[in-house]
Amino acid sequence: MEKENLIAEVRKRFPAEIESDMETLGDQVLIVRREGLRAVMAGLRAAPFDYAVLLDLTCVDFLDSENRFEMVYHLFSVSRNRRLRIKVSLPGENPVVDSLTELWKNANWLEREVFDMFGVAFMGHPDLRRILMYEGFQGHPLRKSYPWRKEQPRIPLKD
Amino acid sequence: MDARIQKDARPESMLINMGPSHPAMHGTFRIMLELQGEQILNAEVEIGYLHRGFEKTCENKTYFNLLPYTDRLNYVSPQINNLGYVMTMEKMLGLQVPERAQQIRVLMSELSRVSDHLTCLAAMAMENGAFTVFLYMMKAREFLWDVIEFTSGSRMTTSYIRIGGVRADLYEGWRDSVKTAVLETRRVLKDVHGLLDKNQIFLNRTRGIGAISKEDALSYGWTGPCLRSTGIFYDVRKAHPYLIYDRLDFEVPLGERGDNYDRYLVRMLEMEQSLRLIEQVAGQIPDSAPAVKAEGIEPTEAVRLGRLQKPGQKIRLSPNLQGSEKERYPDILTRDAPVIVPPKEDTYTTMEGLISHFLFFMKGYGIRPPKGDVYFSVEGGNGEVGFYIVSDGTDRPYRLHLRAPCFHLVSALEQLIKGRFVADVIPTFGSMNMIGGELDR
Repeated sequence: MEKENLIAEVRKRFPAEIESDMETLGDQVLIVRREGLRAVMAGLRAAPFDYAVLLDLTCVDFLDSENRFEMVYHLFSVSRNRRLRIKVSLPGENPVVDSLTELWKNANWLEREVFDMFGVAFMGHPDLRRILMYEGFQGHPLRKSYPWRKEQPRIPLKD
Repeated sequence: MDARIQKDARPESMLINMGPSHPAMHGTFRIMLELQGEQILNAEVEIGYLHRGFEKTCENKTYFNLLPYTDRLNYVSPQINNLGYVMTMEKMLGLQVPERAQQIRVLMSELSRVSDHLTCLAAMAMENGAFTVFLYMMKAREFLWDVIEFTSGSRMTTSYIRIGGVRADLYEGWRDSVKTAVLETRRVLKDVHGLLDKNQIFLNRTRGIGAISKEDALSYGWTGPCLRSTGIFYDVRKAHPYLIYDRLDFEVPLGERGDNYDRYLVRMLEMEQSLRLIEQVAGQIPDSAPAVKAEGIEPTEAVRLGRLQKPGQKIRLSPNLQGSEKERYPDILTRDAPVIVPPKEDTYTTMEGLISHFLFFMKGYGIRPPKGDVYFSVEGGNGEVGFYIVSDGTDRPYRLHLRAPCFHLVSALEQLIKGRFVADVIPTFGSMNMIGGELDR
């Protein structure tokens, strides 16, 4: 399946969920609506597209824009040797998005990291806790509103 | 808050803690185990002990200044991290890198890959009782690091590969030390094959232990030697060729079962392929122009003479890294001026040179890629090292995210050790090659 065909095929299958597509510096990008994320991802994971690997999952904080958070997913298909980037915009107030833990196992830790760093909640995640920061850490360090070198309160010693 | 494992634990089972400070945990890493006798009923992994805010720090540094931070990710093969970051930036800026710089980059990343695999297997073998293997491999690594040290001036945190090229040309006599390094490493690999391949103790600890299926490996996002040990052919150097890898001849060794032994064997065979690559690329690199010898005048002298007319003599910078003279720049660095540091010979002696130096380092100037985002990855020591960079048009990245291969590998550890014995944790964890700097960022 050629590049354009693939994008056209995905758009045909999910006309309501996909907002737009584009190509930046040779990478294919799909912009998906928040409600349709899980359906689109499940479709891409399955047979004709076969994106078996969730390469990466991260978030970007655009502080001043209307949709503050942007989730960025990178998928990779081993059989087709093709990468795909998927973006979902989330509002600044109460950012919630569907969890992908049922589709890819590494989504568990990756989503915990985004929760830890940005405070984005994942619906359906089995174990949403901090991962790199400790329990008792205040705030979400990679948000643009979190000052660099901010000090944290002391926490009691663990047993 | 208590850990998940503490809440779920059965009353009759025992909870023990491995790490964060444990000699087999390769840094700081904690595994909590729920045991019945010696069998692991449940496990929980806790990471983040080495978190130092790499991504947040990078958002507050310029594109040029943040390069040394990438050295400290996978600190066993820093040059590959440099390469990953630098090539992401080059993709964003659309730069062309000279042929010689590309060849040097391949040479350096293969040397780093061999040293990465050597370190991983040395530690894994030592934890299984093969201390001789550890010493042999550390010996071989010294020869490889000699080449890296003479070229870049430092052993571990090199910052050698720069945006637009490399820091300096290769040193005089590099061919001999590369030859010695390859020879010594081959000798060690032969010895290690003899010591471990059919060693019953080693086989008992590794064969069939920590096995993962193809589907699970893909689902966990595994890449690199660990994915290839399950038999899936995916190597970034072959799938998305970068530098001059598409013009070089090498094979990608595959395993079958995805257990600890296959991960060991794939790494051993991969080192042989990397040595092949080193030999090929060393044969392709042409001899450079005759070395810029120490003759020449000091910058102060040049400034004094230049008051009347431009001095004809060469300018010598005595404490400069050998091979980074101005004459070498066209061979090792791109010509697109604003992305490289202007030659120091100009900075110290001419007004124009000083201005271009300030224009590179002043706040708000320097490297300013266009608005947009980019993802690029290279094949690192233990998988795909990818950088995702979002630029807002200023001289600092708006967001920089590292795809750390270990993060995905280690997330599968809980599943791999469940139901096994305590002793199996050590080789399984060792064969994954967890590197704290990269895992916790």
